[in-house]
Amino acid sequence: MINTTIAKLALQALLGRRRFFLLLAFPVLLIGLVALVTALVDGDAAYEVLPNLGYPLVLPLVAILAASSVLGPEVDDGSIVYLLSKPVNRYGIAISKWLVALGATLAAGALPILVAALITGDSTRAVALFLGAVVAGTAYSALFLAISAVTRHAVIASLMFVLIWESLLGNLFSGIAWLSIGQWGLRIGHEISSALPDPANLGYAIIASLVVTVLGAWFAGDRLRSFSLTGDE
Amino acid sequence: MSTLVLDSASRWFGNVVAVNDVSLTIGPGVTGLLGPNGAGKTTLMAMMSGFLAPSAGHVTLDGQPVWRNTETYRKIGLVPERELSFGYLTGRQFVRANADLHRLGEAAAATERILEVVDMVEPAGRRLDTYSKGMRQRIKIAAALVHDPTVLLLDEPFNGVDPRQRMHLMDLLRRLGDEGRTVLFSSHILEEVERLARHIEVVVSGRHAASGDFGAIRRLMTDRPVQYAVQSSDNRVLASVLMAQESVRAVSLRGDQLDVQVGDLGSFAVDLPLLARQHDVTLFELSPSDESLESVFAYLVAR
Repeated sequence: MINTTIAKLALQALLGRRRFFLLLAFPVLLIGLVALVTALVDGDAAYEVLPNLGYPLVLPLVAILAASSVLGPEVDDGSIVYLLSKPVNRYGIAISKWLVALGATLAAGALPILVAALITGDSTRAVALFLGAVVAGTAYSALFLAISAVTRHAVIASLMFVLIWESLLGNLFSGIAWLSIGQWGLRIGHEISSALPDPANLGYAIIASLVVTVLGAWFAGDRLRSFSLTGDE
Repeated sequence: MSTLVLDSASRWFGNVVAVNDVSLTIGPGVTGLLGPNGAGKTTLMAMMSGFLAPSAGHVTLDGQPVWRNTETYRKIGLVPERELSFGYLTGRQFVRANADLHRLGEAAAATERILEVVDMVEPAGRRLDTYSKGMRQRIKIAAALVHDPTVLLLDEPFNGVDPRQRMHLMDLLRRLGDEGRTVLFSSHILEEVERLARHIEVVVSGRHAASGDFGAIRRLMTDRPVQYAVQSSDNRVLASVLMAQESVRAVSLRGDQLDVQVGDLGSFAVDLPLLARQHDVTLFELSPSDESLESVFAYLVAR
């Protein structure tokens, strides 16, 4: 299923663009900020940066950048026909690209959260948040890949999902936790440390994360199967 | 040997019909798809290469539908009009990636072999974004040919390519056609198509306007009624003489010139100077007033 050539090209596309530096800036700033607050105030005050900024914002932003970089530009300018005019399974292409986006999301999103949380002291809390970030990063990258396969405005659409749905409305209405990837991750992390909230049912959180991941990758593959070149006419 | 068949294929986008009920059979050898810009060539190409579903009708390659059929790409090599956006790869890396995607057993050897065919061995180590238009076109063709396909589809392959490179590309395509491959290329330039293709399909405004070898198409295009503007020492005398000729369909005076509609171009060209001399009329100017390719296409549609 996994196509190493596609994955290699996706990785080159990810590393070869200016966005990569943006992708790198997020974790550096996050860790820097947490280290600074820890040094100036204390670990517990610094930890607050993570559930309020690192986890709900930096993680999904990194996932958006990664997912849209591996697929977005090729769909936008139509150069994906060079990959699609091959007898290569479309779902394989989607999964290979998703794995690259996932790797980038974990490396530039979840891992820095772990490092930052460890700086603040409590390592149980840090591992719990890391687990949540891995789960959420997995589902986010698949969802944003699917969005990239559908619309040219993938970055905007993904940002709206994160900023308006999950952050803004999620803070106003607790029921949105049932339809929020970030909250599912926190619920799973809650099993390790009660420092994390308990917004939904555990079984539901696990299944919902799995469903979004599998459906996201499948849907991206299906869109690629029906990719149309409309030309300039 | 492969045959690409369009059976009453149509494609519309909302209210706009881009391709209207086109039936074509494209077999081995070089075929040119000729039509003015916006005629639906790119839409046809997209349908033939499996990148657009026909709204009605069927597009098949050797009996198999091409839409949502990944396996057809074993037989098809596609050279899209799109620019390569893999500027960060070298020519060799790009062709090699194509070979790998086809899971060729000897991908490295196939890559070198095809680079040689398109004469790109020397620049293959350079990044794609340093290439000239002609070089990028040849690398695209190499990438499309690396798996030895029986069908090669090229969308406007000569656009922006300088004359020397164009000659080179034409030789290459001719050779591929002679090898028994089905080569189809689109173009809006008659001379280009005529020089390369044995068989020509003409599309105008989304419709299949004409089909045949280039001689037949050329005749269709030259035998149509042509409008000429003539200036002479005595337009009225010339008009009365011309009107008596079989080859002339209509004559009218307009200001100090004579508009002549000619049915049979060959005999008109021979007769005009003789008649002028017989009647002591001096010809000052003779010019075709609708020789543009667009008017040729318009005639083919109206036919």
